[in-house]
Amino acid sequence: MGSVQTTSSDIPMIELQRLNKWYGEFHVLRDIDLTVRKGERIVICGPSGSGKSTMIRCINHLEEHQAGDVIVNGITMTRDVKRVEQIRRHVGMVFQHFNLFPHLSVLDNCCLSPVWVKKTPRKKAVDTAMMYLERVKIADQAHKYPGQLSGGQQQRVAIARSLCMHPDVMLFDEPTSALDPEMIKEVLDVMIELAEEGMTMLCVTHEMGFARTVADRVIFMDEGQIIEENDPETFFNHPRSPRTRAFLGQILGH
Amino acid sequence: MLRPFDSLPRRGRGPLWRDPAARALVFQVLLLIGLASVIGLLVHNTLQNLDARGINTGFDFLDNRAGFSISQTLISYDGNSTYGRTFVIGLLNTLLVSALGIVAATIIGFTVGIARLSPNYLLAKLATVYVELFRNIPLLLQILFWYIAVIRSMPSPRQSLSLGDMVFLNGRGLFVPAPEPQTGFWFSVAALLAGSVAAMLMARHNRQRQSRTGRRLPMGWIIPALVLGLPVMVFLVSGSPLQWDVPALKGFNFSGGLTVLPELLALWIALSIYTAAFIAEIVRSGIQSVPKGQTEAARALSLPPRLTMNQVIIPQAMRVIIPQMTSQYLNLIKNSSLATAIGYPDLVAVFAGTTLNQVGQSVEIMAMTMAVYLVLSLLVSLLMNIYNARTALRER
Repeated sequence: MGSVQTTSSDIPMIELQRLNKWYGEFHVLRDIDLTVRKGERIVICGPSGSGKSTMIRCINHLEEHQAGDVIVNGITMTRDVKRVEQIRRHVGMVFQHFNLFPHLSVLDNCCLSPVWVKKTPRKKAVDTAMMYLERVKIADQAHKYPGQLSGGQQQRVAIARSLCMHPDVMLFDEPTSALDPEMIKEVLDVMIELAEEGMTMLCVTHEMGFARTVADRVIFMDEGQIIEENDPETFFNHPRSPRTRAFLGQILGH
Repeated sequence: MLRPFDSLPRRGRGPLWRDPAARALVFQVLLLIGLASVIGLLVHNTLQNLDARGINTGFDFLDNRAGFSISQTLISYDGNSTYGRTFVIGLLNTLLVSALGIVAATIIGFTVGIARLSPNYLLAKLATVYVELFRNIPLLLQILFWYIAVIRSMPSPRQSLSLGDMVFLNGRGLFVPAPEPQTGFWFSVAALLAGSVAAMLMARHNRQRQSRTGRRLPMGWIIPALVLGLPVMVFLVSGSPLQWDVPALKGFNFSGGLTVLPELLALWIALSIYTAAFIAEIVRSGIQSVPKGQTEAARALSLPPRLTMNQVIIPQAMRVIIPQMTSQYLNLIKNSSLATAIGYPDLVAVFAGTTLNQVGQSVEIMAMTMAVYLVLSLLVSLLMNIYNARTALRER
């Protein structure tokens, strides 16, 4: 997949239409409208509890929304298990805490889903896995177990594991928040490389440097709403909303 | 001016009693001497007492004629058999109820444990009630309940509950048809063995095939066909060389067939249900000990729920489950000695009971009985530890 060079086009990869979600009484997502075109790189930021993680978790149905529509590649998300599994095949996800399977080697982590879900011959799955592990520069650790790796290495494996399913979109849920400072760069480098190859990406992150270099659009969320949405240049230099200004002041100010 | 180090010489090791290693060694030697003296005293005292009362020592009694009958004997036994034989009979009966109990408790326990985590409200609540009910009532009471209130209260043989006039349940036990192999039956047994071996080879071939091509053969059909179909076909072709000795009502009781004693039935049910309540909790806690992120990662990779359970959750839960399961299995084996209360002829009832009463050599008999439970427990521990070591996580 990675070799396909696409720039932003007008095919909508993901559409969120008037998306609403409640946790009991708490209204987490309020009327979210968002369209992501193929090849677009989107960075989502906002204070904690603003609903950014919940929003991207609705895209692969890790969270269920109560009103509105989630449309991935033209297919509307429902509760139908088969449909959900079909959509998930095309949507990769990287978590804050990596969530590698500790009882499987790095290589088996990468092969599990291709072999069992996509019925790929194991040899082919291993080749693909090694190719992606090579790209995240960790192929020499393929036979180690997650517990034997550093946080940065684990996160790079998690990215490779997702890529092994050849996803059309990658969701990143605060991929560097659980990492020691010296490991953040190695993960961001992989993500930048992925972005440059044209992968459609949605990243929840506070790495504003990454947003400036890579993002086509930066989205600011607060209290379950999209407050502001702009290209990085305008977003960082001329934020419209006072809430955006306050937030940027806090995370860039020191 | 105070010079704090004045009391210590500039170099040298200091006296021996200030060296921790030397001190530890001395204490261990003293402990060992103390322990040996106590044991020596006990043995000497016992031997002297036994001698004074004219009680024999040693294991010669094992060759003497026992002369009492036992209600359930898995190997041939009669009044002329030796006390050594009673030991083996009791041991086999203990092993039988323990093995049956472990299998049933594991199956019920896993089912109830998984049911407790079910999103189905009714199922989860029922499982909770099961656990709270059975683990909070003393086992001895439960054994007595199943024996006296349930099984012994079954109708008399004339009014047996029956299943197709083949299987009968009444106050005297469970009566099932007994297989009687005729000549030529061993062909079918050989076919079963051959089918099983073939099935194992097929399974291996299938794994390689999946590695090579990604596709799996329909093993759900192939394995039963090989393991069951082949021997059944051989059995039919060779003229069904197996007859069933069906129990039949003769006078006041059933004769023929296989009889499962009411004591065995009650003990088995009570042990299984009681232990299963604990196993259910262990299974639940094991599954819950796997972080939620693991399920989410598996789902994000589009693994369906069954695969998530089998490939991701259970393998990780097992390392929490296994050590605790070991102690439940050990408890079940040891608890089976409560058989004495309802007269199931287990090792304690037969050997440490009747045999001891007749022979009077309490030291030898108690030592042998305790040694059996010790050895059984150590064996189970060993097996479980081997399994645990194979499923352990590798870190650093």
